[in-house]
Amino acid sequence: MATKNVWIAGFVAPVMLAVLLLTAASPRVKANDAANAEVKIDNFSFGPQSVTVPVGATVTWTNRDDIPHTVVSTEGVFKSKVRDTDEKFSYTFAKAGTYPYYCTIHPKMTGQIVVQ
Amino acid sequence: MANNKQDLIDQNLQDLNNDGVDRRGFLKCMAWAGTGLVWTMSGGIPVSRAFAKGYGKDAAKSGDFTFVQISDSHIGFNKPANPDVTATLQTAINKINAMQHKPDFIIHTGDLSQLSKPSEFDTLDQVLKGASPKQIYFVPGEHDMLSDNGDEYLQRYGKGTKGTGWYSFDQKGVHFVGLVNVANLKAGGMGSLGQDQLEWLENDLKGRSASTPVVLFAHIPLWTIYPDWGWGTDDSEQALSYVKRFGSVTVLNGHIHQIMQKVEGKVSFHTAMSTAFPQPAPGSAPSAGPMKVPAEQLQQVLGITDVNYVVSGRSLAVVDSPLGASSPLASGKETEW
Repeated sequence: MATKNVWIAGFVAPVMLAVLLLTAASPRVKANDAANAEVKIDNFSFGPQSVTVPVGATVTWTNRDDIPHTVVSTEGVFKSKVRDTDEKFSYTFAKAGTYPYYCTIHPKMTGQIVVQ
Repeated sequence: MANNKQDLIDQNLQDLNNDGVDRRGFLKCMAWAGTGLVWTMSGGIPVSRAFAKGYGKDAAKSGDFTFVQISDSHIGFNKPANPDVTATLQTAINKINAMQHKPDFIIHTGDLSQLSKPSEFDTLDQVLKGASPKQIYFVPGEHDMLSDNGDEYLQRYGKGTKGTGWYSFDQKGVHFVGLVNVANLKAGGMGSLGQDQLEWLENDLKGRSASTPVVLFAHIPLWTIYPDWGWGTDDSEQALSYVKRFGSVTVLNGHIHQIMQKVEGKVSFHTAMSTAFPQPAPGSAPSAGPMKVPAEQLQQVLGITDVNYVVSGRSLAVVDSPLGASSPLASGKETEW
């Protein structure tokens, strides 16, 4: 066990660090970023309204309005706290499916995340 | 009734005479000056005319009463549209305290706070404490129900109410009903009263004489103003079906931060200005977000609503006043119908 830990620390960790650094440095190599997605809240709407991501992806919502909003799954899968201006909410989707959501304060605001 | 109307007209004319302006000139001037609009209902026929500044004195006969509606104070909001919403609420309270005819009470039609924070409610309470009418009736806006299903709001302002904060009371023969249409909103929908509240409302109104004047107040308009922005209440039609048999129904709302009026049969609808910041006219902007106006114009687009109930005429007169005096009322054109 102790040997294994040393192995991880001595070999895997530096490699991972290198990969991370490479990823950060190069805009074209974005294996992880490409999977994740951003949704902006502007003018009382989610943009893009529909986002498709692979299983395991993290979606991050950012409220850019002067008014608070929420990001709440219609089927109770996820539920943000109230997000005021510039506040974010993230959710990582572990299962495939279509996830409709809305702002509980302004229910006309709706969107969906399609996880494939 | 006719006499009442005549009184108002006479008084208008008298004021004109004092000012040395003819009636046509006066009306034009008032539309520009935005002092307000008297809104009188008589036998289901709405009558509107420019508000004469002396009206309040005349209305204060014994048995008559006055209340003031304030709305959308959004305490905690600090964005460019109004960096100091506490100060503008204070201005509104000062205006109420300076009224010649002392209002019997205040109705706040919701969005007391921006984020339902205890500190925001504390600040609101502090300012309202200075109001001369000690009785204040509240209904919540969606901004007041953001934490713990509205518990913070209900603990402070919902004592003795039902469900998510609805209730009714009587004042000198007028029946008032405070409704909540900001709780448990459904995806894609507008405001919602919900089945429990509708049943309660039906029972609350049952057995009351059709001659009882009824005032319904709620945060989101109980009539559909602009569905794209959610400016309406999905099940308001059912609620309004319960008041159809009454001879005088007044519906007071907030939420849209501007004056809108409509009369449908014996039901008169009215929305109030905010004390915090204006919002755009329906469809005139990409969204309903706070509208930034030059600082010197802000007080013209914020305001209070003064409602006079005249017993002899069974009429309610609704008068909107901007916080700043004698300047253009941005929403003046919307008061014509």
